[in-house]
Amino acid sequence: MKDSVESYVTDDGRTIGGVMLDLRNITLRFGGVEAIKDISFNIREGEIRAIIGPNGAGKSSMLNIISGFYKPQEGEVLFDGVARPPMPPYQVARQGIARTFQNIALFEGMSVLDNVMTGRMNHMNASIFSQAMWFGKAQREEVENREAVERIIDFLEIQKIRKTPVSRLPYGLKKRVELARALAAEPRLLLLDEPMAGMNVEEKEDMSRFILDLNDEFGTTIALIEHDMGVVMDLSDRVVVMDYGRKIGDGTPDEVRGNQGVIDAYLGVSHD
Amino acid sequence: MSSEFLYGIEVIINGLMAGVLYALVALGFVLIYKASGIFNYSQGVMALFAALTLVGIMEGQVPFSHLINAIFGTELHHFGWEVPAFLAIALTVVVMVIFAWLVQRFVFRHLVGQEPIILFMATIGLAYFLEGVGDLMWGSEIKTIALGLPQGNARWLEDVTSALGDDTFYGFFVRQLDIVAALVAMVLVTALIVFAQYTKQGRAMRAVADDHQAALSVGISLNFIWVLVWSLAGVVALVAGVMWGAKSGVQFSLSLIALKALPVLMLGGFTSIPGAIIGGLIIGVGEQLFEYTIGGPFLGGATENWFAYMLALLFLVFRPQGLFGEKIIERV
Ligand SMILES: Nc1ncnc2c1ncn2[C@@H]1O[C@H](COP(=O)(O)OP(=O)(O)OP(=O)(O)O)[C@@H](O)[C@H]1O
Ligand SMILES: [Mg+2]
Repeated sequence: MKDSVESYVTDDGRTIGGVMLDLRNITLRFGGVEAIKDISFNIREGEIRAIIGPNGAGKSSMLNIISGFYKPQEGEVLFDGVARPPMPPYQVARQGIARTFQNIALFEGMSVLDNVMTGRMNHMNASIFSQAMWFGKAQREEVENREAVERIIDFLEIQKIRKTPVSRLPYGLKKRVELARALAAEPRLLLLDEPMAGMNVEEKEDMSRFILDLNDEFGTTIALIEHDMGVVMDLSDRVVVMDYGRKIGDGTPDEVRGNQGVIDAYLGVSHD
Repeated sequence: MSSEFLYGIEVIINGLMAGVLYALVALGFVLIYKASGIFNYSQGVMALFAALTLVGIMEGQVPFSHLINAIFGTELHHFGWEVPAFLAIALTVVVMVIFAWLVQRFVFRHLVGQEPIILFMATIGLAYFLEGVGDLMWGSEIKTIALGLPQGNARWLEDVTSALGDDTFYGFFVRQLDIVAALVAMVLVTALIVFAQYTKQGRAMRAVADDHQAALSVGISLNFIWVLVWSLAGVVALVAGVMWGAKSGVQFSLSLIALKALPVLMLGGFTSIPGAIIGGLIIGVGEQLFEYTIGGPFLGGATENWFAYMLALLFLVFRPQGLFGEKIIERV
């Protein structure tokens, strides 16, 4: 059932729709190195899709392709069934795809609030003059955007640090602020590159809860890279497994767990 | 109050007036440097070019007339009309925006990710190129700006303030042009700050200044922001060029006002807007006061030329990050 593009309802009552993002025969090279080799998989509306694999497997590169930071040499990216021409990251963002980075990319010189506010960039349309003069549309928009940002800040439980400069925050909170900024864009597709790396158990539990809640409440489609298998199995609807730039598994957590190739990759069986 | 003391105050007032203009020129540098890491050597030539363009448009000069005449054997020089000041200013701003776009499109777009020193060298090339273009477009004669800016000293200020001291004090002597320049510069600086703080484009500008990757991920086009900051730097250059040009004529030496901004940047830091403003004021007041108290009486005068650099150097030794820059901590 899950292989067809018919929508279905999960055990916990969420609706998974048709294919939103379809990656076809993607190959990415850096000089002579093939970081991604002929990989195809898709992401469906409303699902939580995990990408796993050992270090250097090409997971981040895959997210970078989806978000426009890398341009694959071969293959196609279809968004809502339409082939997407090569486009810079800012245009991808404007299509409703938001992301976080493995190595956190926040505006270190700004407060938490300002950081999250930049996530609203695509929801500001008032002309520059009405903004500077602070009337009409600009004022209405600013109020709306502030409300949206405050809701997200409440949702992620970072009210206490709203005014704190980001550079003063510990790692775990930075990750949370980065998520808040991505959420502020109200994306259709959210890409998370190791959102729980370097976190303690409690922080991981919080983050898992946020991810589940936002998928459940706002219907946001999520693709995430994660090394913690427990987390992956708990959160995701489907998992892609990568190793040395190839796709070696794709399916539900249970299917993937039983896959011999995946087990070998994780146990470090030698490649020949 | 003793007239000694009052003349000291006059010196400070004049220093502040000059300082506002230094701050403005320095701001042009800071805008571009913050957003792109480019130290724009051509900022001074941009001021010259903008002022030349303004005068040329106002007087109805045919651009590139020498070139056109040489090629086609024509005798074109003037369109035979004069353009009102406000329209000429608007047109000059348009020219500076086009310049910004061209620079981005044909130079820096191809140098993304290069070493800062390469980017710097590109701006040196740009400076000489723009100087040549300015000559070719508008000719190299000294021109005067007929914006109707007031000349002479502010008599009203003298009259009002002469009562402060005894008979030997005649009131503060401040040039009207300096007052106008300071006011215009203050308005422009305020406008820039409001723009950066409260508009979408301003926010985007600060975001790009902070982290390119993060800015891209929230949907900001780096190219757009770079054209924007070069355009803003062009407007800043225009204002600086006009105010300076009104004092000493629009001619090559105008491009040397950039040299006045360097010590301001050393003092205020290359990335701080408040730093540029306070730095400009400190340099303006400092060089006047030094000349008045020490330079003139003991060193034979004309110390303004080097005092700013000496002050900036001293500062650099003790606070390399500038007035407001964050402390630079070497991570090992
Ligand atoms: N910008 C780049 N330039 C050159 N090589 C790169 C670049 N980005 C990634 N690579 C290479 O591509 C391969 C895949 O890297 P990638 O970061 O996608 O792996 P990953 O699965 O995310 O690993 P990790 O779990 O360590 O984050 C690696 O060999 C890496 O060195
Ligand atoms: Mg990675």
